[in-house]
Amino acid sequence: MKSAIVLFPGTNRENDMARALKMASGIEPDIIWHKDQQLEKDYDLIVLPGGFSFGDYLRTGAIAANSPLMKEVVAAANKGVHILGVCNGFQILTESGLLPGALLRNKDLKFICKSVSLSIENNQTAFTSQFEQGDIFKCPVAHHDGNYFATPDQIENLEANNQIIFKYANQENPNGSISDIAGISNEKGNVVGLMPHPENAIEPLNGETRGRAIFDSLVAKLG
Amino acid sequence: MDNHPQITSELIEEHGLKADEYQKILDLIGREPSLTELGIFSAMWNEHCSYKSSKLWLKTLPTSGPQVIQGPGENAGVVDIGDGQAVIFKMESHNHPSFIEPYQGATTGVGGILRDVFTMGARPVAALNALRFGDPSHPKTKHLVSGVVAGVGGYGNSFGVPTVGGEVNFHSRYNTNILVNAMAVGIADTDKIFYAEASGVGNPIVYLGSKTGRDGIHGASMASAEFDDNSEEKRPTVQVGDPFAEKRLLEACLELMQSDSIIAIQDMGAAGLTCSAVEMGAKGNLGVRLDLEKVPCREEGMTPYEMMLSESQERMLMVLQPGKEDIAKAIFEKWDLDFAIVGETTDDLMFDIRFHGEQMAHLPIKELGDEAPEYDRPYTTPPKPLPLPANIDHDENTEIAAILETMMGSHALSSRRWVWEQYDNLVQGNTAQIPGGDSGVVRVDRTQKGLAMTTDVNPRYCEANPIEGGKQAVAEAWRNLISVGATPLACTDNLNFGNPERPEIMAQFVDCIKGIGEACETLKFPIVSGNVSLYNETNGKGILPTPCIGGVGLIKNIDEMTTVAFKQKEEFIFEIGGAGSHLGQSIYLQLMHSLEAGDCPEVNLDIEAKHGAFILEAIAANLITAVHDISDGGLLVAIAEMALASNIGAKISLDDDKLYERAFGEDQSRYVITCSAQHAENLKELAVKLATPVKQVGTTGGSDITINTNSVISLEKLRHTNERFFSDLMNDKLSLN
Repeated sequence: MKSAIVLFPGTNRENDMARALKMASGIEPDIIWHKDQQLEKDYDLIVLPGGFSFGDYLRTGAIAANSPLMKEVVAAANKGVHILGVCNGFQILTESGLLPGALLRNKDLKFICKSVSLSIENNQTAFTSQFEQGDIFKCPVAHHDGNYFATPDQIENLEANNQIIFKYANQENPNGSISDIAGISNEKGNVVGLMPHPENAIEPLNGETRGRAIFDSLVAKLG
Repeated sequence: MDNHPQITSELIEEHGLKADEYQKILDLIGREPSLTELGIFSAMWNEHCSYKSSKLWLKTLPTSGPQVIQGPGENAGVVDIGDGQAVIFKMESHNHPSFIEPYQGATTGVGGILRDVFTMGARPVAALNALRFGDPSHPKTKHLVSGVVAGVGGYGNSFGVPTVGGEVNFHSRYNTNILVNAMAVGIADTDKIFYAEASGVGNPIVYLGSKTGRDGIHGASMASAEFDDNSEEKRPTVQVGDPFAEKRLLEACLELMQSDSIIAIQDMGAAGLTCSAVEMGAKGNLGVRLDLEKVPCREEGMTPYEMMLSESQERMLMVLQPGKEDIAKAIFEKWDLDFAIVGETTDDLMFDIRFHGEQMAHLPIKELGDEAPEYDRPYTTPPKPLPLPANIDHDENTEIAAILETMMGSHALSSRRWVWEQYDNLVQGNTAQIPGGDSGVVRVDRTQKGLAMTTDVNPRYCEANPIEGGKQAVAEAWRNLISVGATPLACTDNLNFGNPERPEIMAQFVDCIKGIGEACETLKFPIVSGNVSLYNETNGKGILPTPCIGGVGLIKNIDEMTTVAFKQKEEFIFEIGGAGSHLGQSIYLQLMHSLEAGDCPEVNLDIEAKHGAFILEAIAANLITAVHDISDGGLLVAIAEMALASNIGAKISLDDDKLYERAFGEDQSRYVITCSAQHAENLKELAVKLATPVKQVGTTGGSDITINTNSVISLEKLRHTNERFFSDLMNDKLSLN
């Protein structure tokens, strides 16, 4: 699996993500700069990691979505390259139109860092094949703007196409997301965004380890 | 602005200078200063920058040891952690600004201390903060708590450093002078540490980072005076933080540091451009010329006076190797940061400030720092605490478990989860212990080593007995590191006191330093960096003396780290270090009897060292499954915290005739540990060998805490009570407690 992590100014979880990808695939991902005009390689997976790209000024993910390299990322996604956006990466994916909906400020208006229960709503994706359908596992969140919102039509579509991949489970929705949505895919299933941080739940040191299965799933699919 | 106004006594006073200090300036330069020069003197000679009241006493602290690479005097202390790596850390206060503007005061406090650490070449890997607020019922407290906590989180979360520890406490003596002490910890290679000392004549001085604005002018002077009823008018002197700029500054600096281009580097903190430029020149025995028209400014029409005194954040000054300007410029432009060559080093030892060619200031650079006033302030004896009543009227009609519940729900002992869940404590992926235990712990990236960190002080102890209180702050930090299995390395101090011009306050300061020094000496736990914050006082009433100690320790193998949580049922609970007996200045007296009386518990440092050595040996021998130090609230509170951390209950037995002392006494140098039945004999043997008292006080198991078979509280109820204080505070429901 040849993977790349896009670095924006203000990104701060690129090393966490690189560690997880290396652990699962054995290969160090490339770190690529948001101002690059093109992708230098044919990547199997492009990751938009967590952080505060452009300080979260204006609106989370809005400025990053207009970075030069994002045009290439969108083009790659349309060609079927797998794209994973975590936290700020998820926000950038909705801002760039690759995923529907928007991430609003958390319902209690505060940044929240805690471990929550997630359920696997669709294990038939490249990102979740190593889970059982309905699996529930613990995974941390760390965000200020993770309150997923979409219109009733959009939600209906997401449900009809099995695009809701992760939900907050056990009444542990930390941010007010509609329908407890924690992560979704695009219609084709090659683009996934989620607010929780599976890259911070990969080894005993983290306390929780089942986030690792997302990266193992990608390696199983992409080699 | 006229650079040569008539220097009136009002103007001198506005600059925070005393008449004799102004006379010293006249003697030093042999003429009347220009306005810019007066501003420079006020910036360099205020308490915050010159340490003029504290220097004499700070010199008495132990600062060296085989592990110490750099002690106080640089941006941060540097300590060897083996394998060619060093830990770099410091704690600093942002008290005055945080009271006036809590969110921005706290953000810039965090930003300032992070900058101190990465200026030296270290990537910050952890942050901690020690916060002190007024009485929970004081009308400003709620607003200050929510603003400061949001500010601490707002900066650290965006910057990308995990906040892994700290303290939050309440006391009416902080009603109008809160404390915000922030600590940052970073890691660097020992051969890539950067210092402030300039070298070489004619080398370019480079300005990096954000633009200079009018914010924070005279900020350091504000922090060097006490508050009065009009303090909120000082809001314009509070700076505004931009964590996004700081994050880019970090990445740009670390990238440039790989290129062998930097001779000297200094962040612009208190007193901004003035202090950083003087420091680099003076340390290197060089003069500095600055051409201020080249300074990137946020606003038009800024005067040299304003530029020299601005405390705009996220700025750096560097002396570069000649010929490396282009490399540096490319890196800073990549990160969209300002880069400007604003001057050069000279050989005349003068601080020469020009603006479009006109000389605005011309001062002897060494004397600006070295000749700063230094005071041997008079001190008397510190005030004595109220005497402890001969007989404490314990409420024997209330069950001991109910008392425990009340205490665990109080402002002093309730869960701080509401606070630390607003901090990203996981970013970087190396966090091994989040807040809530005895120390925060992070793994050193790509190694098996761990760094443990804690901040500690008990201000009520320091008020009752500054010498013992000073000792206790150091001992408790040391103990908290031991409790996670770390070998204590060194510490940083953040000394918060009232007005040093009052002899009884100065006495508290002097005695606390004596206690701290003695403890650091005996425990081989030197002070490698620190900060002094005086004049924490409003209308003549000072804060409790609060010398906060930030300790750092090393865990050789992170897999052997210990935590406070019980691990199994049916394990033995041991009290290490003797039974509780001392109720003077205890949380129990404060909460249950509304009494702050008596002497604080004494710390016997030799015993402290012995008990700590026992714990570390027992951990190394795998005899211990959980450890918690006994501090605020005594034995029962420690056990309750261990039970709540695990959801495993405990059955405890205590002497009935000394129940309250045994349960809630705060005698020092003590721990609670758990041990499996099969290891109990080995543990006792080790204790005999190391002359450490151990006594079994209970066993783990069940879902209740049961004391002496007859007093019971369920963990569920205890947890509910323990978790509600902060949400009640925020929702104005405290009266329901």
